[in-house]
Formats: sequence, C-alpha cells, structure tokens
Amino acid sequence: MKFKGKVWKFGANIDTDLIIPARYLNTSDPEELAKHCMEDADPGFASKVQKGDIIVAEKNFGCGSSREHAPIAIKAAGVACVIAPSFARIFYRNAFNMGLPIFECEEAPEKISQGDEIEVDGDTGVIRNLTTGQEMKARPIPPFMQELIADGGLIPHILKGLKEQETEA
Amino acid sequence: MTIAEKILAAHAGCDSVRAGDLVQVDVDMALGNDITAPIAIKIFNKAGAKSVFDRKKVALVADHFTPNKDIKSAEQVRMLREFAEEHAILHYYEGGEVGVEHCLLPEKGIVLPGDVVIGADSHTCTYGALGAFATGVGSTDLAATMITGKTWFKVPETIKFVYKGELRPWVSGKDLILYAIGDIGVDGALYMAMEFTGPVIDNLPMAERFTMSNMAIEAGGKAGLINPDGITEEYVKTRAARPYTFFKSDEDAEYARVVEYDCAEIEPQIAFPHLPENTVGLSEVGTVELNQVVIGSCTNGRIEDLEVAAGILKGRKVAKGLRLIVLPATPAIWSEALDRGYLKTFMDAGAVIGPPTCGPCLGGHMGILAKGERALATTNRNFVGRMGHPESEVYLASPAIAAASAVLGRIGSPDEL
Repeated sequence: MKFKGKVWKFGANIDTDLIIPARYLNTSDPEELAKHCMEDADPGFASKVQKGDIIVAEKNFGCGSSREHAPIAIKAAGVACVIAPSFARIFYRNAFNMGLPIFECEEAPEKISQGDEIEVDGDTGVIRNLTTGQEMKARPIPPFMQELIADGGLIPHILKGLKEQETEA
Repeated sequence: MTIAEKILAAHAGCDSVRAGDLVQVDVDMALGNDITAPIAIKIFNKAGAKSVFDRKKVALVADHFTPNKDIKSAEQVRMLREFAEEHAILHYYEGGEVGVEHCLLPEKGIVLPGDVVIGADSHTCTYGALGAFATGVGSTDLAATMITGKTWFKVPETIKFVYKGELRPWVSGKDLILYAIGDIGVDGALYMAMEFTGPVIDNLPMAERFTMSNMAIEAGGKAGLINPDGITEEYVKTRAARPYTFFKSDEDAEYARVVEYDCAEIEPQIAFPHLPENTVGLSEVGTVELNQVVIGSCTNGRIEDLEVAAGILKGRKVAKGLRLIVLPATPAIWSEALDRGYLKTFMDAGAVIGPPTCGPCLGGHMGILAKGERALATTNRNFVGRMGHPESEVYLASPAIAAASAVLGRIGSPDEL
C-alpha cells in the first residue's frame, strides 16, 4: 500500500465539526458529505482537493464527535490518507473500521508543508517528502488493526470470524 | 485493578486484565441515534445480517435533529423506525417518548452499573457516572455489535482525579470537569479512562456526576468513571429492571497518574471558544456580551439543572435582546419541570421552551447562531461552527452561570443579580 500525493496542511485539534459540520449530517451519502469536507477550516478545500492528495495535521486530529461521517467525507473527497502525530480515539477506530488509511507520525507537521509532494509506504511506515528530500517514519500499526486492514475492514473481519465459528460448530 | 479493568475483565470472561490488553467483550447495551444509526443500519443490511444479537440490548433514540427539522432528517428517522419495527427493538424512542439519549437511558434504567455500553455517540461516556464502562464508537462498530453482541477494546490506562476540599458558591460538577479539561487539555486523557474520586465526588449528586462523566470525551477520554456508592444505589434501585453489579477500583489499583485538585481553588469555569480546554475562572472573564443562552443537552438538561436555573430566574427577566432557550432533556424532566412551576418561571422570564432534543448543541436546529453571534450554553462543545455560523462563538458554563448571564446580558455570576 503506497500513497503519493500533494499535501493539505491543517493545525492541531481538528475536530469532527470542522471535518464535516453537523448541519450536513441529515444525510450519510458520501458524495454529499464530501462536498462539505473541511468546510469550516478551509471553505475551498472540497473544490480544490484532488484525488490522491494527503492531509497532514498537527496533534489530536478528529477530536469531538463519533460521527463516522468524518472519515467518510475525507475518503469520499478523494484524500488518500491522513498523517498526524496523534488521532482522537474514536476517529482512529472509525478510520480503520471503514478503510481510511491513517498514520501517526510525530515529525510530520514540522517536516511537511502545505503543497509538498510526499510518498507514504503503508507497509514500512516510511514517509518521504519528495519536495524537500526529508524522510520520517510513522508509528507501526498495531497487529490487530493490521488484521482489520488485511480483512478489508471491521465488518468483513467479524463476518470471517462468524463463518469460522459456524465451520467449527 | 481499576473499575475500568474490572468491568472489562468480567465482560471478557477473564479473572483479570491489565491496561494494554486487547479484549473482546460482551456488550450489555448498544446505542445509536438518528444521525449515526442510519449508517450502522446500512452496514448491517449490506453485511447480510438477518437479526440483531438481542432485541433488548439495542437502543435507538431519535434525538438529534428531532422533531424532524427537514425532509432528509425525517427520512433518517424513518430508517430507524422501520429497522426498529423489523427487528422488534425494545428500546426505540421518538415523538413524545424521546429524550436526549444520555439523559433518557439512565433515567429509564436501560443502562446500569457494571454494564459495558457502546454508543454511536461520543457522549456515551456519560454512563460512567453509574459505574458502567461506556464509550463512544462509530457506526461501523455499532453495526458490528448489533450483529455479534460483542466488541473489542484495548484496556485503557486510567488517570485518577481526586477532588478535595470545600466547593465554592455556584460551583457544580460542570465546573469541576471544565477545570480538569482546562488543566489536562482536550487530548490530556487520549486513549485513557478518567476516574473521578475524592470526598467531593463522594458527596456529589447523581445529576452532577453525569455531567462530569459526560465531558470525559472533551479531554479525549475513552471513559469517565465514578465508583458506584449509596448515591448510585439510590438512583438505580427504582429504575433497574434487571440485575446490576457494583465494581470498584481496588486500593492498590495501578494508575497512569493521579491528579489532585483542591476545590477551594476552583471558581465557576467558563470555556472560551473554540475548545473546551480554553477555561477561565469567572472572575477573569471580563465583559463578554451575549446574544443567546442555551440551557439543556445531555450535559446539563436534567431536572436538577433546571431547578438551579429556575431558582435564579424566578421573578427576573432575561436581558433585552437576548434569547434564552431552555430544552428539558427528557419528557419526564419536562413534565416534572411543569409540575414544579419551573416552566412558568422560564416563560415569565422571557425564555423560549423547547422539546427534548439535542437541537442547537450541535448546530442542528432550534437556536442556530448567525454570523458574529455569541452564545453561552450548558452544553459540552464550543468548536468552530458548533452552534451555527462558522464565525459565531460558543462559551460553555454551568446552569447557574447560564441563568445569571441570561439576565445580565453578559457572562456573569448569580451574585451580581
């Protein structure tokens, strides 16, 4: 799993209301949510972001509500992955569950700037800033989360588990 | 073990667990609302699931954009209703039966001490006040639990908060939790459980305990636990329709850290825009003029909160040009407020009284702010655009400060009236 794209940079504590304001939560249609992604943080984001672009933010990305609309909006907007020193725990869990790749990397905000071109190797966690030539490493993804990714998300993972139970029975 | 570890161990079928262990646990109650459950229902159906794991252990509460604010919201509630009918979900609430979920479920005895509760709503941590391990999850997790009755957790480390000393005038559970969030920051308890203890908590009424646990998520917390005691027992004994268990932290439980507060140093707290950690003691607020005050929500919409507000508003008028919106959090609270004359007090003061709904707390409806407007609310979040226009502002405080501020037209204390 490799990603290469242009960076959109955001600050600390980007909350789920910034990612997708609650006024748009009367739908769960990904395309509709994508139109308003990051609207209150950067009103032009949804129209400017290109498929494969990458979000790099400071600490505690995705804090606030449990709305899965947040990772859904980011993914549907075309963002390939999100990199931050830390993620709020519900967002972290949601992202893995629904298949938005995220990477924890302490140095990313200081070594990556708005508009930089970066490359992320999802398997090794190595992040290369192609604009500056700098390299950094994301924290390894916990083994259980790797299992989820390998199975294609939480639901395929539990369905696989249920099937195995049936076979044993 | 800590209370969090004990509850998770019991639900994982283990004698003991330690912080960091990955456990699969049985879930006693899985909750969704009109915003989060539709996605869970779609996932549930797409997975080909035929039935929920237990129709008595799923709660669907249409409280966020209700009474339905527009066609799309009505369609979302219809999805909940049809799913509830199809699967004979016991705890389905809408219309005249619905209340704000985190006030409604404890009130009806649907969540109890010792439970593991997951909710597709971040303020599910409220039930930690009962001594339950309760945490917010997303819609996919809710769907998975509705199918299997289980979920997985990394057993969290716990930060222990010890509140000592005498409470100052007008200081409530809201101020105690805002003070802690201001101290440790919005990610100060990230991935961790918070445990509220000490002589002040031992004497804190249930309503204020709910307020404290409710806001654990505003410090990034996974859960906000209070060891159950006589006050808990008094609250649950008439409500519970099934057995419950009191788990308590051991004397020698291991904590990531212990934080002690002397309540003599805590004055009423105001969280300034745009993060709950931006707390300021009331004496240092200065002049902050307001366009709106909101009293309600899963944080502070209980009868005790309305009692405090009514006591301050009795015989007084809301400042000219300021809108005071009061939203009793459940039908039972609404009815009790009516019986006790609080609603008349609010009406006479010039308030707007709304139905039980999350409404303006998350910028849904019934009190949206225009550009540049400023509100003080008893709610839990003051993020950019939370209550309306991205250039509006929300300040967070207790019901006492909210009521006094509504009369003053600016943030202030009941002592100034």
